[in-house]
Amino acid sequence: MDITEYIKLVFTDYTLRTITLGTAILGAVTGMLGSFAVLRKQSLLGDAISHAALPGIAIAFLITGAKDSNVLLLGALVSGLIGTFWIRGIIKKTHLKSDTALGLILSLFFGFGMLLLTFIQKQPNANQAGLDKYLFGQAATLVESDVWLMALVTGICLMVLLLFWKEFKILLFDTDYTKTLGFNTKFIDILITTFIVLAIVLGLQTVGVVLMSAMLLAPAAAARQWTNSLGVMVFLAAIFGAFSGVFGTAISASQNNLSTGPVIVIVAGIFVFISFIFSPSRGLLFKQIRFIKNRRDLQLHKTLSFMYHIAETHENISHPHAIKILNNFQGYTKGTLQKLVRKNYVKLDGSMWSLTEEGFNTASNLYNQQTENNE
Amino acid sequence: MSNAQIEIQLIASLVAIACAIPGTFLVLRKMAMISDAISHSILPGIVIGFFITQDLNSPLLILLAAITGIITVVLVEYIQKTGLVKEDTAIGLVFPILFSIGVILIAKNANDVHLDVDAVLLGELAFAPFDRLLIAGMDVGPKSLWVIGSILLITIGLLFAFFKELKISTFDVGLAASLGFSPAVIHYGLMTVSSVTTVGAFDAVGAILVVALMIAPAATAYLLTNNLKHMLAYAICFGVFSALSGYWLAHWLDASIAGSITTMLGLIFLMVYLFAPKKGIIAVLYREKQQRTEVSLLTFLLHLRNHNEEEERHVNHLNEHINWQKVRSKTVLELALKNNMIVITNNIVSLTEKGKDFTAQAIDYIITNEDSKIEHMKDDFFLFRG
Repeated sequence: MDITEYIKLVFTDYTLRTITLGTAILGAVTGMLGSFAVLRKQSLLGDAISHAALPGIAIAFLITGAKDSNVLLLGALVSGLIGTFWIRGIIKKTHLKSDTALGLILSLFFGFGMLLLTFIQKQPNANQAGLDKYLFGQAATLVESDVWLMALVTGICLMVLLLFWKEFKILLFDTDYTKTLGFNTKFIDILITTFIVLAIVLGLQTVGVVLMSAMLLAPAAAARQWTNSLGVMVFLAAIFGAFSGVFGTAISASQNNLSTGPVIVIVAGIFVFISFIFSPSRGLLFKQIRFIKNRRDLQLHKTLSFMYHIAETHENISHPHAIKILNNFQGYTKGTLQKLVRKNYVKLDGSMWSLTEEGFNTASNLYNQQTENNE
Repeated sequence: MSNAQIEIQLIASLVAIACAIPGTFLVLRKMAMISDAISHSILPGIVIGFFITQDLNSPLLILLAAITGIITVVLVEYIQKTGLVKEDTAIGLVFPILFSIGVILIAKNANDVHLDVDAVLLGELAFAPFDRLLIAGMDVGPKSLWVIGSILLITIGLLFAFFKELKISTFDVGLAASLGFSPAVIHYGLMTVSSVTTVGAFDAVGAILVVALMIAPAATAYLLTNNLKHMLAYAICFGVFSALSGYWLAHWLDASIAGSITTMLGLIFLMVYLFAPKKGIIAVLYREKQQRTEVSLLTFLLHLRNHNEEEERHVNHLNEHINWQKVRSKTVLELALKNNMIVITNNIVSLTEKGKDFTAQAIDYIITNEDSKIEHMKDDFFLFRG
């Protein structure tokens, strides 16, 4: 299947269109809310919540006996919220640290969920098959109404984000200040946490319990590398998330035996990888380049200042000296000497060098300038 | 009890002990989530190992999977060191990606691999007794019993050999380094043991239960004691108890053993979380309430000390002036009366000698912050116990 054929299929084929739209919307909403989770240092909360949602799904099924995905998601939402607030309670009221609280709730809720799921499987109820799709997610089971639900939640979430933008922003960066300004921090906090839980629960059906945390984190972590502005970051994260969804669906649809969830996660991982390396201001590549450039500059300056101290002892600053005497000096290489010549600081004459007027002036101001810059 | 049942309970208990030991140190070192990450990211190691050996219990597979666990830790630390994202984000990024690679590897080779993601993640203890280890044609017991038994022996051996190094490097990294133990060696040693335990236990109990068995008993024990040796002992007891009771719960409900054991762990944690004598939630809430009342008492006594006018010391004045609720001012008044700090005549409150003394000492403490001044008051007042 080549690309044009695939694009044509996306617009004509019902299943493919639904899945592509669904994963794109999901990626966008998780990316958006994930930005807040990452910046609030609650990255692993997503992992814990998605695991904690499992017993909710099982209990909702046990109560209603129906496999209506909206009811199941409601159950997941409730149990996710209970998990979240229990985690908070543990961190706040006992001396257990946040990592312990997260791991504890995650594994205990998940284990309880497994108990319920296996219990349900033994029940004489033919309806129960397919509950385990929430474990690893099956994008293929998405139907149009699911996508509508996702779009609706995304819309609400966007509206709330815009409405409470300055509250969210200020809570994110300075909680104490928010409190002194008279905002109800508890309310804002609960609002944003609830939306994060909601986004996670929405994604369970598509990518599953285990991989949900990556959907939340990866787009946000990638977006963080490109900007220092919250607005841009949220926007970028939404775009990265949406593209991971679309590309992931495309790759998994074009191959046999590839489930969508893991592929989306890997695509999102590639976004992160590229961002880590190639981001202009924070990326590893440019950081290394800057590092090397600074070191070269420093060496150049060191050589120049060494020359200056030699030239200082002579009345005529352009008095020629042998290149050999530079050999003992650490910062000196042929390259730096050539660079100095090119900058017109030094003149070469056979095996002799001499400072020019310009080089002498620059060297004498070398350290003065730097202190001025610092001030 | 049949032979298989005894074997299952034995395996479950051994796994619980083998997990509780590294788990205690992980919880104390604030690295609990690393165990979650390891338990997920060993999947690609298991899959590759399985391609090579075709045997879930082979030592090579355990080694490969343990190496993947170490790679996870190293990757997380590397990403964290670049300063691009925080540690928790690094963990949250690394393990789902490695896990995805594992899932895709399985999916792509589904035809010739008898390996299921569900099996890795959830495990099936009930089948463990059927996979026997044969030595020279002799049946010497289930394979996973031998695997987890040897891992447990190694763990216990390492624990006794390096107990003091582990203890020091857990509580004071700086001191450990200055005494000449390399914290890095201990750190990676612990990570290796955790990885090996996770791998050894996963096919009996599943990756998620490994996390539960590592974190939950240790966290529960931590709510009960501050002594490392006691904490280890408690954690092991909780682990073994929930392994045994979980097995019978599963037997009764006809449900997953791993899930039942986790549920038992959860119940025990919930009980301790609520009722632990000093750090349980009820004790904490009670203490907080008591402290609040005592702070109010102190404020009230200071107020009395500063005012000689009668109208400032009238009982009703409390409600009006200091702006307390009726109930609260009543509690405070009663507490003060009970401790002989005030006397009430004609609804006018005045300090007794003891009350004056108390306020003076409290002020002294507030100003100097020296514990010695209030040492004898600690028995009576939560406020000064901290």
